[in-house]
Amino acid sequence: MTEEVIAYLKEQLKEATWEEGTAWPTVALQPLLFKEQMQLLRSDGNLQFDYLFNETCIDWKTHLTMVYHLRSMQYKHQLVIKLAVDRNQPEVPTLSDVWQSANFLEREVYEMFGVNFIGHPDLRLLILPDGWEGKNPLRKDFEDPINMIRL
Amino acid sequence: MQETIGHSATGDLVINVGPQHPATHGVLHLVIHLQGETITKVEPHLGYIHRSIEKMCESLTYRQFIYVTSRMDYLSAHINNLACALCVEKGLGVEIPERAQVIRVLMSELTRIASHELWWGAMAMDLGAFTPFFHAFRERESINDIMEETCGARLTMNYMVPGGVMMDLHPNFQKRVKDFLQLYKSKIDEYDEMVTGNIIFQNRMKGVGYLSKEDAISFGCSGPTARASGVSCDVRKWYPYEIYSKLDFEEVIETGGDSLARYMVRIREMKESIRIVEQLIDAIPEGPFQAKTKAVLKLPKGEFYQQVETARGELGVYIVSEGGTTPYRIKFRSPGFSNLSALETMVKGSKIGDLVAAMGTLDLVIPDIDR
Repeated sequence: MTEEVIAYLKEQLKEATWEEGTAWPTVALQPLLFKEQMQLLRSDGNLQFDYLFNETCIDWKTHLTMVYHLRSMQYKHQLVIKLAVDRNQPEVPTLSDVWQSANFLEREVYEMFGVNFIGHPDLRLLILPDGWEGKNPLRKDFEDPINMIRL
Repeated sequence: MQETIGHSATGDLVINVGPQHPATHGVLHLVIHLQGETITKVEPHLGYIHRSIEKMCESLTYRQFIYVTSRMDYLSAHINNLACALCVEKGLGVEIPERAQVIRVLMSELTRIASHELWWGAMAMDLGAFTPFFHAFRERESINDIMEETCGARLTMNYMVPGGVMMDLHPNFQKRVKDFLQLYKSKIDEYDEMVTGNIIFQNRMKGVGYLSKEDAISFGCSGPTARASGVSCDVRKWYPYEIYSKLDFEEVIETGGDSLARYMVRIREMKESIRIVEQLIDAIPEGPFQAKTKAVLKLPKGEFYQQVETARGELGVYIVSEGGTTPYRIKFRSPGFSNLSALETMVKGSKIGDLVAAMGTLDLVIPDIDR
């Protein structure tokens, strides 16, 4: 990503925190501005981040962090977006209406981390068997008395 | 629980394809809603062979976790291992000897040929042609033999390690690869005669499973699936790793967006892979095959992401390190997962018979989707 694009991004993304020393530009957004700013990244002519190729979550034990990897197919630049989420009541606005790939990716995060995506059209279990709700395998405090693998 | 058999609320017939079905190439379960013969909805149910590789990797060291990833996309095992090795090397800041880089690219391209080979045979069998399967497996077997000689295994090679490759090439390697290439170049034309030009085959593929360029990007498709819709997304070209930037090869792009375009992309990609192997096989530099690394690897605190082009598309490895000997969190961005999410858009409104043609050209490997 060129310096001009980064300067333009810094201007556009208000109240965002930029991380230093990362391989790709990494920025943490504020929850209230999140959806609006993500839509801007997708539609802005100078940015055109039209390819959400990875969306995941990290459990930091005190809070969760959503991580989004974006790319522009036009300009081939990449950006990492982060969003801190409350661990006890994780709620994030869905992005499935902005990028269609978010539909499946969010369903995976929902079952593995228990994050609720507000406005998701089809938030059901995708990988885990029916009736699993409530236990989130990829959280750090997950315990399964029968099948726990300890290596 | 949703209805998985009988009739839906709107009166559509609900049928299940899989989890045990020859056309799904593994344990993929699709719930399909039909109006007459027309598909109105496709709903994948995943997880039948989910092994929780991401969770497992959290308790494995940086040397150990690479071996687990061979089991994700078992047809591109080399390339999976390569992605992990590259990601760890990125964190360590290790310089890889040139010999190791060339060997890695050679192995990756041979893997790509073998993988497309299997896809070609299996896809033709899905459409009812049995002979191509045997032809494809005969050629694939020669690659597996070459792999076995050097790596000691045929499918889950575990040959890439942080810093290079596990052991040096077998003395026979160059000769055997050259023999194989000579044989293979005559065979690939035979494939065209046997399948590509076949009128029945063409009629079953043309216009089936159409995916537009916008949808391909929006669904996060990658690899041949996206390139058949005109998306230029080859990681080897755009974000080159190893020595791909120095090599002469073409990024294969078709604009048809249908099953035939996806078929053509893979056939042409095999020819490009042959070109890459030919360029390198006589130019393997001398020198060490592994950089010196510590016995116990520790990545600095931070995040590392590495993407590579597997036979199915873009594989991403995302490591979050807290500075210890094991990753704090690891995420695999698997190509099959995103490609599968586009399936409903591809087949909605078409006949159920076309589902198999569309799915066959997606080249799904279920362990890659389930992880």
